[in-house]
Amino acid sequence: MDEGLKNELQKQGIFTTSFEELYNWGRKNSIWPLGFGLACCAIEMIAASMSRWDLARFGAEVFRPSPRQADLMIVAGTVTKKMAPQVVRLYNQMPEPKYVIAMGACAISGGPFKQGYNVLKGIDRFIPVDVHIPGCPPRPEALLHAFMTLQQKIAEQELTGKNRPRHLVADAPSEFPIPQFGEHDLVPANNPSVWKPPATSRAA
Amino acid sequence: MLNVEQVKSIITHALPGARVEIITNESPSAQHSILVDDDHAVAVAKLLRDHPELRLDYCSNATGVDWPEATIKTKVKKRLVVDGADKEVEETIETLRSGYLEAVYHLYSMEKKHGPVILRLRTENRTDKNHLPSLTPVWRGCEFQEREIYDLFGIVFDGHPDLRRILMWDEFKDHPMRRDYVEPDDYEYEPTPHDDVLEKATRRQKGAG
Repeated sequence: MDEGLKNELQKQGIFTTSFEELYNWGRKNSIWPLGFGLACCAIEMIAASMSRWDLARFGAEVFRPSPRQADLMIVAGTVTKKMAPQVVRLYNQMPEPKYVIAMGACAISGGPFKQGYNVLKGIDRFIPVDVHIPGCPPRPEALLHAFMTLQQKIAEQELTGKNRPRHLVADAPSEFPIPQFGEHDLVPANNPSVWKPPATSRAA
Repeated sequence: MLNVEQVKSIITHALPGARVEIITNESPSAQHSILVDDDHAVAVAKLLRDHPELRLDYCSNATGVDWPEATIKTKVKKRLVVDGADKEVEETIETLRSGYLEAVYHLYSMEKKHGPVILRLRTENRTDKNHLPSLTPVWRGCEFQEREIYDLFGIVFDGHPDLRRILMWDEFKDHPMRRDYVEPDDYEYEPTPHDDVLEKATRRQKGAG
């Protein structure tokens, strides 16, 4: 529908919408996060949900204790290699549509533990991440910004056509392989279908 | 507080068979430690805990140390007669030290309010003879710390009630705190790489194109 005509009608007291808009509006204002934290970033996430920053303004105050009721996974903190299979398993147990926010330096890249042998260098090696937040830890405002970014992303999703989101594509995967504990590292060390090593050409 | 020599004499008096050695610490802290042989370690630990003058009832920390094989250079001054004149000549002696693993216990007394007394146990080598007696039956607080030593250094504690890996997963085969541990090559770049990491990062960058 033409944007100008829509505004004109609205001035006359007639509200028009499309199914797509209504559907996305409903979804983006009730993103229920999974209530779990891995390290100090979780404290900031908890702060963001409390009265001072009040995540409830975005319809996301209901932290669900079960992945089966959650829409959003906030990976808040260091993902150790020992914890990574459980994080992927939790993600697999969430129903579609589902989203992931990687919160903080550790969750996006390994952070200060990047040189360590026991920390996963970013959860995006195993599951698709929608929003990355840098910071150590990020302020609650940064989490709110990530939330609003995610809401915008949901609002802009087309429900038909080839750009439609993953949960409307019948043969798109909704579960991702869980890494196994190997003798020296996780096996596999990353999931090549969601993550490729960055092509760094700084020297050239 | 008794000094290490006094603690040593208490041990040698009570347990004549025990081989006890004082390892001196040359640094300003001068925290000298006591090396005990494997066979008498538990008896020595019990003695330190129960002796009326020591009463070391609290093991605050147990940790591991990896000593890989190394050549040790020591400088010795010698007086020589060169061309009829007395001269002082410095000579370097190289000795080969075989590798071993160490478990170090820091003991305090809650009752007497003194400490630490530092106790060391040594394995014969780093590969197959890596067993030590567990001191968990003496100080229960050592349980998790000995598990951590087992996990990260690979010392097997005989007599430990529940010797499993504590930080890494059970399927893991390496001991990451050993000097010769090779970490998995699983990161591509570093914001400010240097030394080994720079070398590794450059190698990865060339590989990734």
